[in-house]
Amino acid sequence: MSYQQALRQIVNDSRLNTQQKARYLSLQAESMLDCPRWSEGAQELLDSGVVCDMFEGNAPFKPRYVMPDYEKALKKGSDYLELEAPEDLDEAINFLLILFNHVPSVTGMPVFVGRLDKLLMPFVNDGISDDQLKKKIKLMWQMIDRTLPDAFLHANIGPEDNRVARAILSVDGELEQVVPNLTLRYDPEITSDGLLNQAIENISKTNKPHIANEALNVADFKALGDYQGYGIASCYNCLPLAGGAHTLVRMNLLKAAQQSEGSEQDFLERVIPEISEKMYEIIQARVNYLVNDSGFYKESFLVRERFIDPNRFTAMFGVFGMAEAVNHLLGVEAEKGYGHTIEAKEFAIRITEKLAAIVESTKLENCWHSRALFHSQSGISIDAATSAGCRIPYGVEPSTLEHILTVIPHHRHFTAGVSDIFPIDETIKNNPQALATICKGAIAQGLRMFTVNVANNDLVRVTGYMVRRSDIKKHKEEGSRINSTVFGAEAAENCGILDRKSRVISNEFQPWVAMGE
Amino acid sequence: MSFSLGLPWVSNGRTTVSGLISKVIPFSCVDGPGNRFVIFLQGCNFNCKNCHNPQTINFCNHCGDCVEQCPSEALSLNDGKISWNSRQCESCDQCLDICPVNSSPMVEEKTVEELLQQIRVASPFIDGITLSGGEATVQLKFVKAFFTAVKNDSALNHLTCLIDSNGYLPLSAWKSVLPVMDGAMIDLKAMDADLHKWLTGRDNFRVFQTIEYLASVSKLIEVRLLIIPNINDTAEEKMAVKDYLSSLNTNINIKVNAFSNKAVKGEAIDWLSLSEEKKALYLQSINR
Repeated sequence: MSYQQALRQIVNDSRLNTQQKARYLSLQAESMLDCPRWSEGAQELLDSGVVCDMFEGNAPFKPRYVMPDYEKALKKGSDYLELEAPEDLDEAINFLLILFNHVPSVTGMPVFVGRLDKLLMPFVNDGISDDQLKKKIKLMWQMIDRTLPDAFLHANIGPEDNRVARAILSVDGELEQVVPNLTLRYDPEITSDGLLNQAIENISKTNKPHIANEALNVADFKALGDYQGYGIASCYNCLPLAGGAHTLVRMNLLKAAQQSEGSEQDFLERVIPEISEKMYEIIQARVNYLVNDSGFYKESFLVRERFIDPNRFTAMFGVFGMAEAVNHLLGVEAEKGYGHTIEAKEFAIRITEKLAAIVESTKLENCWHSRALFHSQSGISIDAATSAGCRIPYGVEPSTLEHILTVIPHHRHFTAGVSDIFPIDETIKNNPQALATICKGAIAQGLRMFTVNVANNDLVRVTGYMVRRSDIKKHKEEGSRINSTVFGAEAAENCGILDRKSRVISNEFQPWVAMGE
Repeated sequence: MSFSLGLPWVSNGRTTVSGLISKVIPFSCVDGPGNRFVIFLQGCNFNCKNCHNPQTINFCNHCGDCVEQCPSEALSLNDGKISWNSRQCESCDQCLDICPVNSSPMVEEKTVEELLQQIRVASPFIDGITLSGGEATVQLKFVKAFFTAVKNDSALNHLTCLIDSNGYLPLSAWKSVLPVMDGAMIDLKAMDADLHKWLTGRDNFRVFQTIEYLASVSKLIEVRLLIIPNINDTAEEKMAVKDYLSSLNTNINIKVNAFSNKAVKGEAIDWLSLSEEKKALYLQSINR
């Protein structure tokens, strides 16, 4: 398709609203820029899909994920936004809603709206009743969903039990909105069972929130040094607070495995290091362009007012398709491969350990701690032949117990996040205690993220973000108000997700062209 | 009834007891409170017309009828005994359809220790263990040995040990298992004695005894009612159930399960399934 045709099809697509057209036109324009800043070998890997640049565009002019220090903003106010520091809850919510609209990311909208309970609790006093608080949160939730309609937008609550966290869970369970995505940061030493149980009740009804292993995340980020907190953004990324991630580039482990002679030795000692080296060329070039050429870190008021620090931006080294890579190299069918045998399980762990060691030791300029962070990438809507991260392929999942036990050993390596979604039968709705026990056990055993899809809920998780089943059905004819629904629809088509057990695949932004096919 | 209690207990002379196990599932949220490891024991002393798992009723008589019909050659007859190769098996369940005695060639004999090993893997993620069936108490010796072993294992004794039962076990036998059992879920198939006998092949006197006894010692977790349209949902039955459950005077959980004509054999195939709406109405009508 010529550029002219591509642009005209966007303009004339009746399923897109005005803003969505503008958004896709800009993505298309950016992808037209020709900026080869890496070797031919690296380009070959991109062209053949061994390495995927996540369609971030050829000339990045904003970081992929921005994690502002909203707490600082609330304390200081903002010159740029001409807003004084808020003094009561209404002002604080209003301040944040305005600020969110000025936080860019790969989606053009914020992917992280902060630890909302922690941010708002200082403004909550006994003069505000529970009903009043719920009303204010409800209005805030509607405002976020209707003005920033992108399911990659992510809010955090916990680990402390407090009135705002409770109100948010109550409102979120009631509204069943796709946006914002939500995570409860859970620490058995800090979080009350009451708060966890409220979250579990919500999950059994709406598949939200995620439950994050707070203790593990805090320990990992503290171990890296220069700790100022972390946040969980988009789907499903753990990143330094007051910073973020410049970029995410991911390796298709299946395609990497296909480049190997077939032996474990060759794959681990030759193929992975070679591909990683070229992947790092691409990561470094993108980071450098963002830092040196397009100038976000020089002109953004978020930097000027110190809500973000350019030195706290990492790069994400992502992998996906572990199951298919392992099965390919072992020469076994999915039903008898990863997730089903100890041999496959242990081989997969050696692959993750090898990659983690490379990520830990490879230097990157202009990045936090001069390195990337390792990320289990949850897949995008065009991934037809590969599973997200370290997930066991759809349709051949073993029992939930075996599924959890298979992925747990990988989780500790993925500092920058992992989302393995466990499909759960809807009978769990009558017995949420069962879900709470599984969650607690999994987190105690080292699972970084606990995410489930309960069969037949309207809200369905697509790797990390949500779509509504009913919206996917409508999308084909009418389009959707919510930007990310198109990816859910596409994932449903390409990956047959809704026909299978209870889970979907995921996605993040990409040019319009792929979506029209 | 065709089956006899000739159970093939295996003992090596020490304390090793094994059970005949038809199935093990590591996670279940429908077999008692929380997440549970469930072991289904083979053999039942009822012969319910509405049985959803008729292959669990009897013990295999090693007739060999299933061997030749197995499409994946997972079954063989050696020295007059059926053996099942689980790796070869493709779980088509054709052998269950063929079996002339409502049994299964896939039942495995497992020792207490073998089962404990499996449970140790699952233990961080579960609230407890449920022994179900078939009718678990038909293998009471195994049940007691197994629960005793769980209670004596410091890594496992936080797990609650429950039995899912038809309630036919005599009181003296319940008393003997009580020290190692945390509770039981009891099926109440019908209030009317004749209807119960027609439905299950046994009368319901002992079932009432069981329910009342377990309630009196606070070990009755749940009473389960499997409701079959036009059979045990009549006005009289409903009234009797309601009165009886009220008389128990405790806060036990009542669970209504809907009969489904899928997976049943014989005349029950022609019975009506209970819809979700009717199930909800039934529950409402017996609400104490």
